[in-house]
Amino acid sequence: MFDFNIVTQWLDTLLMSFLPAWATVLIECVLVALVIITLYAVFAIVMIYMERKVCAWFQCRLGPDRVGPWGLLQVFCDVLKMMTKEIVNFRNTDQLLHHVAPFLVITASMTTFSCLPWNKGAQIIDFNVGVFFFLAISSIGVVGILLAGWSANNKYSLIGAMRSGAQIISYELSIGMIMLAMICLTGTMSFSEICQQQENLGWNIIRGHVPAVLCFILYLIAGNAECNRGPFDMPEAESELTAGYHTEYSGMDFGYYYLAEYMNLFICAGIAATIFLGGWAAPLVPGWEQWNHIMLYVPGAVWFVLKVFFVLMLLLWERWTFPRLRIDQLLTLEWKYMLPMTMTLLVVMALCVSFGFVWN
Amino acid sequence: MESFEIMFIVLTAMIALGSIATVLTKSIVRAVTYLLLVLLGTAGLYFLMGYTFLGSVQTMVYAGGVIVLFVFAVLLTSAKEDKLSENTLLKNIGAAVIALVGLGIFMTILCLHGFDVAALTSPDETIMPMTTIGKNMLSTNHEGYLLPFEAVSVLLLACIVGGLVIARKR
Repeated sequence: MFDFNIVTQWLDTLLMSFLPAWATVLIECVLVALVIITLYAVFAIVMIYMERKVCAWFQCRLGPDRVGPWGLLQVFCDVLKMMTKEIVNFRNTDQLLHHVAPFLVITASMTTFSCLPWNKGAQIIDFNVGVFFFLAISSIGVVGILLAGWSANNKYSLIGAMRSGAQIISYELSIGMIMLAMICLTGTMSFSEICQQQENLGWNIIRGHVPAVLCFILYLIAGNAECNRGPFDMPEAESELTAGYHTEYSGMDFGYYYLAEYMNLFICAGIAATIFLGGWAAPLVPGWEQWNHIMLYVPGAVWFVLKVFFVLMLLLWERWTFPRLRIDQLLTLEWKYMLPMTMTLLVVMALCVSFGFVWN
Repeated sequence: MESFEIMFIVLTAMIALGSIATVLTKSIVRAVTYLLLVLLGTAGLYFLMGYTFLGSVQTMVYAGGVIVLFVFAVLLTSAKEDKLSENTLLKNIGAAVIALVGLGIFMTILCLHGFDVAALTSPDETIMPMTTIGKNMLSTNHEGYLLPFEAVSVLLLACIVGGLVIARKR
């Protein structure tokens, strides 16, 4: 399999040969930041188009089809529209916090985005506490949402923000428990090691069999809730709260929330693909030598993106199939059903691992 | 100037300015936001030293937990009429004394221990890998943290029960 380390090592030695150490680090950081922002924007555009088309198919519609062939240029037009719109400032609001809040949300989203392992040797943030770091950083976004609701000085925004905060904090528990169960299986928290292990030993969803499959299903539910998306889009339930915590935002300030919402979904799918479906590991079958040989020719990044879009389809399917929950039902689902189930799964997974009841 | 020195200056400036802004601002929500900057800067210092676990804990517990709790509390309780109390002479003197005592303690500790520059020049997260931390957290030997770990969870349980008792008047 192609190891991306070759490229980064080559660039590093090349820059080091004629630049001082700090300049090398600076240039590399800027390059990495540019790559992250570009990937972020490109995948956001792909996802918005995909969301519209898939949503239309689920509802027996056509979706966008006027601008460009199959409506392909629709998203670009929307981005241009969003960028040229006026950013409205209101009196009697906290202007500073109102404008800082979207940046907190987008920063948390981008930092979690850079935790994703794209290929062998192509991960940007890779600590040995990777999964924990991911959970920690993703919790900063809640602050942005709460501040947005408060600084708008609007009842709809405030209620939306409170609901969103309560929902994200609650469902974070389930996600944390599921991650713990999977860490139990892998024995490592570093995303690169998790992927490497799955390439050598098989995907976690197969290695961990029943508890891992159940974890995957619960993760899909909790993940959709964590991203504030239907059937859990209570915070922005338009029939009662107009647009929830971003009611008062306009122009690119709103655009950041929009972007962060879609990219959080992508990140959620990316983490599912990494933890359950092998990340960049190719689907290798022991014994099928020819098949494995061909599969290893495909770069890991292709496998990763394919898996992410597979999980995205599952998430969209879930979103457009189930009716929206009421806020009390939503919290009941988490605290009375999801959390006990994930805790049980953690214990079951721990027992499976300690008695060697996993496929290796 | 090495790159870690630049980052150190950036982070310390962020912490210092954030701390000053936290105490100078009149709006309590703004103070919480500046405090978030300070806590994130501290987490950044841990990452700079290679203590990624500590940095993640700092981010998770303080930025993700305590700050969100603060904001929640402010959102649920603050009213428009809430005003800061007036500064009296006694309060000013008391604040000055406490600040001086704090500065004294801080400077004493700093002078006694000095800066550990070595931790910055070669950050290494393999000194304390995740598995060692996990094992120490759950062991009872002299490096173990099982007892404080469990004591903290008892404290949290007491807090939850207390909260329920206060909230449920029936």
